[in-house]
Amino acid sequence: MVHVELTPHLFTFFPELKGRRIEVEADTVAAVVRRLDELAPGIAFYVCDEHGSLRPHVNVFVGENRVNDRQGLTDPVPAGSRVCIMQALSGG
Amino acid sequence: MQASSNRILLGTRKGTFAVERGSGGQWRPSLLGHAGVGVNFVARDPNTGTLWAALGHGHWGAKLSRSRNGGTTWEDAPQIVYPEGARYLDVPPGADPGGQKPAFKPAKLQKLWCIAFGPPGQIYVGTIPGGLFVSADGGDSFALNLPLWNHESRGGDLFQGEGSGVTHWFGTPASESGEFAPGIHSIAIDPRNPDHVLVAVSTAGVLETVDGGKSWRSRNRGLVMDYLPDPNAEWGHDPHYLALCPAQPDHVWQQNHCGVFFSSDGAATWKKVSQPGEGVHFGFPIAVDAERGKTAWVVPGKSDMQRTTVDGRLFVARSDDGGESWRPLRNGLPQQDAYDVVYRHALDNSGDTLAFGSTTGNLYVSEDRGESWQAVGNHLPPIYSVRFA
Repeated sequence: MVHVELTPHLFTFFPELKGRRIEVEADTVAAVVRRLDELAPGIAFYVCDEHGSLRPHVNVFVGENRVNDRQGLTDPVPAGSRVCIMQALSGG
Repeated sequence: MQASSNRILLGTRKGTFAVERGSGGQWRPSLLGHAGVGVNFVARDPNTGTLWAALGHGHWGAKLSRSRNGGTTWEDAPQIVYPEGARYLDVPPGADPGGQKPAFKPAKLQKLWCIAFGPPGQIYVGTIPGGLFVSADGGDSFALNLPLWNHESRGGDLFQGEGSGVTHWFGTPASESGEFAPGIHSIAIDPRNPDHVLVAVSTAGVLETVDGGKSWRSRNRGLVMDYLPDPNAEWGHDPHYLALCPAQPDHVWQQNHCGVFFSSDGAATWKKVSQPGEGVHFGFPIAVDAERGKTAWVVPGKSDMQRTTVDGRLFVARSDDGGESWRPLRNGLPQQDAYDVVYRHALDNSGDTLAFGSTTGNLYVSEDRGESWQAVGNHLPPIYSVRFA
């Protein structure tokens, strides 16, 4: 299982996830996003664009490492990982 | 005197606001939803009463939102997505249209720019890059209008092949992604015949369908450009906003980058009706009277190089004769040190009442066709759209 943490900003739009410990079965970042969308339909289109790429001002970390493949989200996610989906600092 | 609505919806940089006229005649704005989110356009479907908002989340992309209870609660609507394989020819800003070969670019939703309502069930959404999305089921699903997307003026059907390799649709800096791509900001539906629709594109021009979107043709005859070698070219025009008179739909107006234009033949031909001597030339929005097709209002700005008020004095101009003459309307508007910029969707009218909002967060209302104005909000976020509900 993978533990997923979200920026609190996303709870504004998906209040059903607030306060929950989110655990999903996934082995890549793309699979994490798919599982997350099953829990909260529509959230994948917040995190990613229509082509499945991370939106420009979104960051994902697997453990301490920022995701490398922002287009295909193929980065592996070992069992027991913590995945953080964050707002990228965009200045101003 | 025409009946007026007592409710105005504002799309702003920081949320949706409602402005309501109380029993004492005072207009009061209040936050209605989407706190902190950019709202490009918000309007009420007259057929159902549902409110629709075009959101531009800074981090999370463009989203359609709707409220079925007047704005008390909002939900994400079925989202606008370009079909798989949709792509367009990309022309970088400043590129020589006849020179640099354009590149193919996969279509990604950059901005939801405007919403329009046809007969019951029909909703249109204009986007950047250059998509006209149509719902036939009251907004439960939207589909890209392919004949317009595949129009010969933008290179033909790029789903099937490489098309002509030439596009006459250029870009606008209005996208939220920083990318330069064409956008549909005006959708005017003929009340006599909903299969007859005009759209205006920055930067391409005006297109018309008379068969419900199965085919489209240019409607740019008479428009003149200041910025291309051939000022009468068929394409490359920069309408800033287009509107028609609901009771006289052959009377169509546009505030264009290169002046104000009027058509009395349903946009078949246009006539430039600017009066630079009166300050009426550059600007973004235009509103047309619901009954009298020769009456329109503009909020002029000073040239495309400055894009502020003319000499720091804010005014609205009205023509009652199809643009033959214009009268400045200044009563109640600031006449010194005012630098309000009014965006293309930020002027609207309902009966004798008009309202417009500015990027400096000021909202002005007139209840006498523009003869006098009151500021009903001075500290709002930058205002993107103003629509009577």
